[in-house]
Amino acid sequence: MDLTHNTLDVEQIKLDFPIFSRSILGKPITYLDSAATTQKPKTVIDAVNYFYENFNANVHRGIYKISQEATEAFESARSKIAKFINAESSSEIVFTKNATESINLVTYSWGRKNVFEQDRVVLTELEHHSNLVPWQFLSKENKCELDFIPVNKDGKLSEVHFDNIAKKNTKLLGVTQVSNVLGTINPVKEMVKIAHECDAVSLVDAAQSVPHMPVDVQDIGCDFLVFSGHKTLGPMGVGVLYGKKELLEKMDPFIYGGDMIKSVSKTESKWNDVPWKFEGGTSSVADAIGLGAAIDYLNKIGLDRIRAHEIEVTDYALKELKDVEGVDVYGPKDPNEMGGVISFNLADIHPHDLASILDEEGIAIRAGHHCAMPLMEKLDVSATARVSFYIYNSKSDVDLLIKGLRKAKQVFKL
Amino acid sequence: MSSEIYRDKILESYRHPKNYGSIDDAQIKVKESNPLCGDDMEMHLKLDADNKVSDIKFTGRGCAISIASASMLTELVKGRSLEELRSMDKQELLQKLGIDSLQLNPVRIKCALLSLKTLKVGVVSHLGQQLSAEEVNVLENEE
Repeated sequence: MDLTHNTLDVEQIKLDFPIFSRSILGKPITYLDSAATTQKPKTVIDAVNYFYENFNANVHRGIYKISQEATEAFESARSKIAKFINAESSSEIVFTKNATESINLVTYSWGRKNVFEQDRVVLTELEHHSNLVPWQFLSKENKCELDFIPVNKDGKLSEVHFDNIAKKNTKLLGVTQVSNVLGTINPVKEMVKIAHECDAVSLVDAAQSVPHMPVDVQDIGCDFLVFSGHKTLGPMGVGVLYGKKELLEKMDPFIYGGDMIKSVSKTESKWNDVPWKFEGGTSSVADAIGLGAAIDYLNKIGLDRIRAHEIEVTDYALKELKDVEGVDVYGPKDPNEMGGVISFNLADIHPHDLASILDEEGIAIRAGHHCAMPLMEKLDVSATARVSFYIYNSKSDVDLLIKGLRKAKQVFKL
Repeated sequence: MSSEIYRDKILESYRHPKNYGSIDDAQIKVKESNPLCGDDMEMHLKLDADNKVSDIKFTGRGCAISIASASMLTELVKGRSLEELRSMDKQELLQKLGIDSLQLNPVRIKCALLSLKTLKVGVVSHLGQQLSAEEVNVLENEE
């Protein structure tokens, strides 16, 4: 990796990712689906392998050498993550399976004990199902009300409706920092401030932001923040919940069993300290260590540079897409106001057909509702095609995409 | 898969599907969806005195393959009995579509079979029955 230049050397970066040495039907892989999951650099794969080959042991309990090494590596990954998102301490970092589980943890452990009839949970119309369905469960279970900040035609949240948050009975604001469908960057800091004015707790879904731009939990001021390891160059199977310590300490556990206790009698148990209180059973230790390696990799490049790179590629893609007759782009259309995610449709070609035709060219895009069916309804479409960019994508990937779109038009006789 | 499957016949049926619409006094009204992609389909069947299909119409949102498949399926089944519909082989529909199941990846085969699944679900529930797990697997291309 060349660190002397400000712009990313994508060709050099690609060499760090074994998957890009593969070709399918003689064509290289053009991967435009990082919003679904990112590819993994060799250093991450190696870190996972290294764990299993050298100090595979259970954590927090062994007296012997390799168990101590495993515990140290696991806890060091936790500190890396804390530092990465500027948490006050690593005790505020809980390892989960993924962002979805992190949100479920908050719903079960905090929501069920704090949000009741007459209370409100305020979400936005941009949420992924992962930050909607758990709250639907809570509203059935505890009879609380769900309310939504609407999204405007331009794909941005309607700021005049931010007043919706500021009601006395609002108990929680749940908002995604970057939309996984439209790429919209939401003003989470401002929204969290409004939530705090009415003593509501705030949860930020950072699955699409933490991998792509500098995220500082103390600057945002949120009470909870979640993200997934596998969308952050890390392995599948590990996710993160950040929670303010005083809140985590007041909450009940989520998963009961071993490792999350201090002492157990036949009828009662004393919970472990945070964050381990929330990590019942053996964690995905190797994956957490892999995520630590992913964060090392990201830090080496620098999140500011990654953000700048994505703005550049997105800007180029938006301009090129404009030149393809029949393309309809949804969302903000200003690369400075969005992550590297573009949703669009091409004439009357259904996104699935489009994705199939692009697949023949080795181009991987997403087609469907992107786990955001209420937003699709709002956009009045049943599905969109979505491309998403990351550090291993360049303008030449955009060129291949555009070529693929022109081919799709030919196939559909347009 | 190959984009060769998007033959004129499929594109024509996608853009101008046959039997698109609804039948108010249909005896069978059924809705199915593919939860993976959000595509949905509704089918209405009118039966004559012998319990044979006298008319069939569908509406739906979906890709070229699923809409073309529904259009062709509605053309195939007029005059057939409910028992014939229940035992209808998916290969008959795929053949009509000109799709070789080896040519299309398994996810897209599901698009091609959504119409047949909708039809069969409607027929068996009209008969007061349910599709067996095996029948569902066949229609979801998971046999």
